[in-house]
Amino acid sequence: MDAKPRLLTILDAVTALMMTAATIMVFAYAPMEAVMGPVQKVFYFHVAHSWVGMLSFVVAGIAGIAYLRTKNMKWDIVGLATVELGMVFMLVGIVTGSIWARPIWNTWWTWDPRLTTTTIMELIYAAYLMLRQGIEDPERRARFGAVYAIVGVISVPLTFFSIRIFRTIHPVVIGSGDAGAEGSFDMTPRMLQVFFFSLITFTVFYFDLMWHRIRLGSLAQRVEQLKLRLSE
Amino acid sequence: MDGPANTMVYMIAGYAVIFTVLLVYLISLVIRWRNLRQEEEILREIEKKS
Repeated sequence: MDAKPRLLTILDAVTALMMTAATIMVFAYAPMEAVMGPVQKVFYFHVAHSWVGMLSFVVAGIAGIAYLRTKNMKWDIVGLATVELGMVFMLVGIVTGSIWARPIWNTWWTWDPRLTTTTIMELIYAAYLMLRQGIEDPERRARFGAVYAIVGVISVPLTFFSIRIFRTIHPVVIGSGDAGAEGSFDMTPRMLQVFFFSLITFTVFYFDLMWHRIRLGSLAQRVEQLKLRLSE
Repeated sequence: MDGPANTMVYMIAGYAVIFTVLLVYLISLVIRWRNLRQEEEILREIEKKS
C-alpha cells in the first residue's frame, strides 16, 4: 500500500538533477553583478523560494474550497501539506532577503511594505498550523482549516502587489520600472536564463515535495483512524 | 566604485541557510514517515490481538 510510485522516483531524480543544474548555473554561468557583487546571486533562489511560498498558499486556498465543496478528507491533507511547505519556503525567502539586505540596504531588516506583508502572511499560516493543533475532531479541524486557508489567501496578492501599490525600497523584479528602488538592477540575458530556470526548478521541487508530504499526510490519517478505532 | 562590492560572506551565508533549511526539512519528512510506519505497525498488531 505504501510502495513508492515509480513516477515519484522519476520525479525525485529529475528534481535532483534540476537542483544541481540550477546551483551550477548560479555559481558558474550567471555573471557577477557589477555593483552588488556575489550577494546578488542569492537573488535567484530567494525569488524562487518566495514564489513557491506564495504558490503554496494559493494551493491551500484552492484545497480549502475543494474540501468545503466535496467534504473529501484528501483535500484537507493537501491543504496541510501545502501550508507546511509554504511556511518552509517563505521562511527561507525572508531570511535570504534579510541576508541580501544587510550589505545592500545597510540593515538586516526594515518595515518596508513587502517585508511587512510577507511577515504577516507567514504569521497567518503559522496560526493556521496552531489552529489545527488545537482541534481534535478531524472533520471539524478540516472545516476550520479550509475556511481559514480561504480567508488567509487574501494575504498572497496583498504581498505580491505591495511593491507595486506602496512606496517601497524593495526591487520589483518582473515589470520593473522604479529605478530608485535600492538594490534594483537590470538583468542580462544570462541572468534572466538562470532566474527563470531557478523558478522552474523550485516549482518542480515543490510538486515533488508535495507528493511526498501528501503520502505522509495519508499515512498520518490512517494512524489517526486506527487510534480512534482502538479507543472506541 | 572600483568594482563589485565584496559581499562574498553574505552570499555564502544565504546559500548555507537555503541548503540547511531544505536538508533539515527533508530529514524531518523521512523521520516522520518512519515513526508513523512504526506506529501503524504497532497499532495494527494491537488491533489484531484485540
